[in-house]
Amino acid sequence: MNLRDESFSSPAILIRPISGWVALNLRDLWEYRELLYFLVWRDLKVRYKQTVLGVAWVVIQPVFITLVFSVFFGRLVGVPSDGIPYPVFAFCGLLPWQLFAYAVTNASNSLVANDRLITKVYFPRLVIPLSAVLSGLVDFIFAFAVLLAMMAYYGIFPTLALWTLPGFLLMAMASAVGVGLWLSAFNVEYRDVRYTLPFITQLWFFISPVAYPTSLVPEKWRFLYGLNPMTGVVEGFRWALLGKSQSPGAWLGVSVVVTIALLIGGLYYFRRMEKNFADVM
Amino acid sequence: MSDVAVRAKNLSKRYRIGERDRYFTLRDTIMNFVRRPLARFSDNDNGVSSSSLAESTIWALKDVSFEVKRGEVVGIIGRNGAGKSTLLKILSRITVPTEGEARIYGRVGSLLEVGTGFHPELTGRENIYLNGAILGMKSREIDRKFDEIVNFAEVEKFLDTPVKHYSSGMQMRLAFSVAAHLEPEILLVDEVLAVGDAAFQKKCLGKMRRIDQNGRTVFFVSHNLQAVRSLCKKCLLLRAGRAVFFGDTESCVLRYLNELPGADGSAMETVDSPRPKDVQGLGASLRFTKVTLGSNDGPAIVRAGEPLRLAMEVMCNEELHDVVFGVGIVSLDGVRLVQYRSNDAIGFIPALKPGYYSLTCKIDNLFAPGRYTLELGARCDQKGLDWLPESLCFEIVDARPYESLWLEARTGYLNAVAEWDSPRPLGKEMGS
Repeated sequence: MNLRDESFSSPAILIRPISGWVALNLRDLWEYRELLYFLVWRDLKVRYKQTVLGVAWVVIQPVFITLVFSVFFGRLVGVPSDGIPYPVFAFCGLLPWQLFAYAVTNASNSLVANDRLITKVYFPRLVIPLSAVLSGLVDFIFAFAVLLAMMAYYGIFPTLALWTLPGFLLMAMASAVGVGLWLSAFNVEYRDVRYTLPFITQLWFFISPVAYPTSLVPEKWRFLYGLNPMTGVVEGFRWALLGKSQSPGAWLGVSVVVTIALLIGGLYYFRRMEKNFADVM
Repeated sequence: MSDVAVRAKNLSKRYRIGERDRYFTLRDTIMNFVRRPLARFSDNDNGVSSSSLAESTIWALKDVSFEVKRGEVVGIIGRNGAGKSTLLKILSRITVPTEGEARIYGRVGSLLEVGTGFHPELTGRENIYLNGAILGMKSREIDRKFDEIVNFAEVEKFLDTPVKHYSSGMQMRLAFSVAAHLEPEILLVDEVLAVGDAAFQKKCLGKMRRIDQNGRTVFFVSHNLQAVRSLCKKCLLLRAGRAVFFGDTESCVLRYLNELPGADGSAMETVDSPRPKDVQGLGASLRFTKVTLGSNDGPAIVRAGEPLRLAMEVMCNEELHDVVFGVGIVSLDGVRLVQYRSNDAIGFIPALKPGYYSLTCKIDNLFAPGRYTLELGARCDQKGLDWLPESLCFEIVDARPYESLWLEARTGYLNAVAEWDSPRPLGKEMGS
């Protein structure tokens, strides 16, 4: 016997039927952090393989969309931008929006895309949608560099509010994880999700202040509008980075509460559905 | 700490029929939701839902209990659908049991598929790390074993080539190599030795043997009885989700062989068996009604070398002349190995009056271990009277002690004996 000593202290694994709501068991998730890392790393390695422009796509996409928005919304429609040059205004909003949209889409399809893993190996299933969300973060960093360059060009400098930016970033990620968990677990059983996703993200885009400022939203709708966590995130980004927008109002609190509710609800719903994944795949 | 590695009590798993094959669309659920209340209104029987549940579900595993000690290597055998893979999936926590429980004492590693998570775009080196992480290895552990893994897989030269450019054999070798270096205390293995060429298979089997010398507990699912016999001391036999036998490998394998399809019994009623449709009038004037192999009531199993004793019963409906009976032996892959005709031994049967008859036939058993089908036929003059291309199935089992460590079973159909001499020096010098 050359078993290592630690093996004798490892606790028994109890396998038994599970029904109803279960504990989150985040310790198990921590045990598998390396797998999380490798899955994110795989995503990044593979994503732009066999493309000519490669990582440049990360920058080209938002820049191009900003260009289109600037022409149509900025010039033709004349959407106000709170005194900020429209391209910076739009790009600054697109940054967290694309992170969110990419993360939600990617996470929602992640379980189905990794069905081989789920039916053949054990690991906490949460790792899969989490890795899908995290891999979008790298794109964000590249695009962020472009934003900084753009701000420098227009002579806009961040104010002291910059220190709140990580908070808003975290909020974007948390709501993406929350929504992603709901949709990914739903997608395993109902593949309708894949087809509704484009609509969901498109609709969500229009109810978020990405291409226009919140000031356009009538006062009486503000509370309802604040229920969308991306409202708080996008406005927060502009406030933290560009400084000139109005500070996120009281409805930021609403956004935070909704985000937390989405995340916790998503986690528990996911854990509840998890036990059936391998059987339904 | 006890020396128990795995203790399972009444493990059961129920699947909805078709659950594995299809997923639901929202529409189905909505339709069910709409239908259910309607069904409630239309008839008062509340038992509808429970009886339809019983109809549309299947117990893939039912009340399986066992206890395995540390360091034991246990084979799990059974026919397709017996629940082998379901059991491994429960033990490796991929799926949860519907009833019962299991306790596992130690770190579990499962190997239900070779190359899970391999990505074709990534290089061999990258895939080693990725696959290792998926199987539950820490990256430090992979670092430590990296060279060993590469050597074992024999892919040194292609480490930095994307795996999609590998041959399928190379991919398999690399994938198995990563898996083989997994060092859990309890290893669950499903049918993964069936990869690669013969030489590599032998190497894998060698590796597996060393695993159990390290005091590790192994569960090994395989259809390859030779591999099971050479690796496992104990075996669990599953049939239709239930544990039928748990004990020493030899007895278990023998019981399994007895269960094989066709080996269900050594007698077969053939009155109503379907006849080939392309020949007119088969079974009209003369019909095989029963065929029996051997004299025991047990399964149709014959030891290699023991003669096959065949008894047939026929029903004759009209007077027939110059009748000939025929028996053929057909291998599993459809090759007719031999045909015997009654006229060789007893000549043409000049006249057969209406009535019931029995006849016997003793056949020299020259056949290699394996499964065969009996073909029966009868003719008179120019006319086919009856023909059963597939009647009884039987198994010939090897009476010799098993040759260890050879994964490949012997191929070929015959069991004929050859005489061999040991090599003798020719008296020539090398290189001269």
